[in-house]
Amino acid sequence: MKWKPKNAEEGFFRVLMFFSTVIIVVALLMIIISILYKGLPALSWAMISQVPAGGFYFGREGGILNAIVGSLYLAGGATLLATLIGLPLALYINVHLVCHKRLVNGIRFVLDLLWGIPSIVYGAFGFAIMSYFGIRVSLLAGIITVALLIVPIMVRAMDEALKVVPHGLLESSLSLGSTRAETAYRVFFRQCLPGLSTAVLLSFGRAIGDAASILFTAGFTDYIPTSLNQPTATLPLAIFFQLSSPIPQVQERAYASAVVLVFIILVVSILARIMSNRYQKNKINF
Amino acid sequence: MDGIKISIENLNLYFGKQHVLKNIDAQIPTNKITVIMGPSGCGKTTLMKSLNRLTDLNPDAHVSGSIFIDGEDILQTKDDITLIRKKMGLLAQRPYPLPMSIYNNIAYGLRISGRRKKKVLDRRVEHYLRQVSLWEEVKDRLKEPAGRLSIGQQQRLCLARGLAVGPEIILADEPTSALDPISSQAIEAQFNILKKNYTIVLVTHILRQARRLADHVIFMYLGEVIEQGSAAQVFENPQQEMTKSYLKGMFY
Repeated sequence: MKWKPKNAEEGFFRVLMFFSTVIIVVALLMIIISILYKGLPALSWAMISQVPAGGFYFGREGGILNAIVGSLYLAGGATLLATLIGLPLALYINVHLVCHKRLVNGIRFVLDLLWGIPSIVYGAFGFAIMSYFGIRVSLLAGIITVALLIVPIMVRAMDEALKVVPHGLLESSLSLGSTRAETAYRVFFRQCLPGLSTAVLLSFGRAIGDAASILFTAGFTDYIPTSLNQPTATLPLAIFFQLSSPIPQVQERAYASAVVLVFIILVVSILARIMSNRYQKNKINF
Repeated sequence: MDGIKISIENLNLYFGKQHVLKNIDAQIPTNKITVIMGPSGCGKTTLMKSLNRLTDLNPDAHVSGSIFIDGEDILQTKDDITLIRKKMGLLAQRPYPLPMSIYNNIAYGLRISGRRKKKVLDRRVEHYLRQVSLWEEVKDRLKEPAGRLSIGQQQRLCLARGLAVGPEIILADEPTSALDPISSQAIEAQFNILKKNYTIVLVTHILRQARRLADHVIFMYLGEVIEQGSAAQVFENPQQEMTKSYLKGMFY
């Protein structure tokens, strides 16, 4: 092959793309392997089935069940709340406002801005709201703050699924005499069910992994919360507190907690894939 | 006027500053096939979409004039827009089946009109699928997603779905342009049967299809109606130079 500038360019970008891919895959594998390497020895049945006993943070008995259950409560509640806000919003901008391009682009821009705000700022905002209304550090305050954090993520993910619905399907549905709301909830919802369910689980993954927004709002406790008014432990904060300890056994447990967190996120991601394939059935491929 | 289903008077439509439909005056006779023909971009589709006010979807669209359907001006009416749209079935350039089963595609329109009894729905679904000669092909797979049908079958399903709402008018926007010849023939044959009970408005750029189907013709060019009249008159004895050259295939 003769040397040509075009070939050199092609070669350069091919090498660049290859190494980018390698870097990402290797980094991901290293994160997972190092967490497993450090965390697996400390992981035991007691670790995931017990709440901290006295002296847990000095390396004695107990586990992180409080954080596991707390995280599931918190992320579950926040995802539910965010879905109740996010789904109508995503459908509204894609069905009712579909032709008001400028307005929709404005809303998307605002959502992207919100997406970009660091979660510690959400935490500070949640904290300010709590002091204003006199709400104590609690599961409820955590749920509300995390819901605010994930709504932009969820809406934009749903939006990506909804905005590729062809205009002809909207016209067809309206021509049958459907109202906009019927079109949104009976037609667009079904057409995009795979994408919508993925958006919900993606947001759940984000909700369960965030530490900064719940630091001041959900607090931390050694017990499993029994009501929305009680503070709750969470896995990210359990990792944070244990890792800051000078005692090696406790540090090891931080990695074990990370293994649990990664495992939950992995399960949720796999569930997202399965659900998205299952709901694919009725989707029309335009 | 007797025998006139839709009467368009002095209709003007702008998209922003672009003047898309210019002083349209046209009559569409009852229970006949009216073909709107003309070269691409002449406003055929826009004219048809303004009939069931899908032009409302575009916030830049500005409409003036009147469209009388059964003597009622649908641009001024206070009636619910969904009631006007139920009077008209739409068949688009390519089929847009709803993301649900074959059965539910037909039942959808019935359900949103408040008919929910299973027995009634079953009977109606079969009736409309038979009407478009699709029943024999799909009767054993009614629960399957509509997306699994061939494009030709999907288009007939969309026709049946439109009929199920009980319209008086069928609006068809180049309904065979995405179809194979056999499916196209099936749709054309349906139209010839359906015109006994329905007023059909067909937009097409296929001159031969226009000749095969039309009872009444509206010829448009650059947003204006150049000539209209019965098929025999427009095709055999066109009055305008532009119509003559279009019919000779001199421009598209």
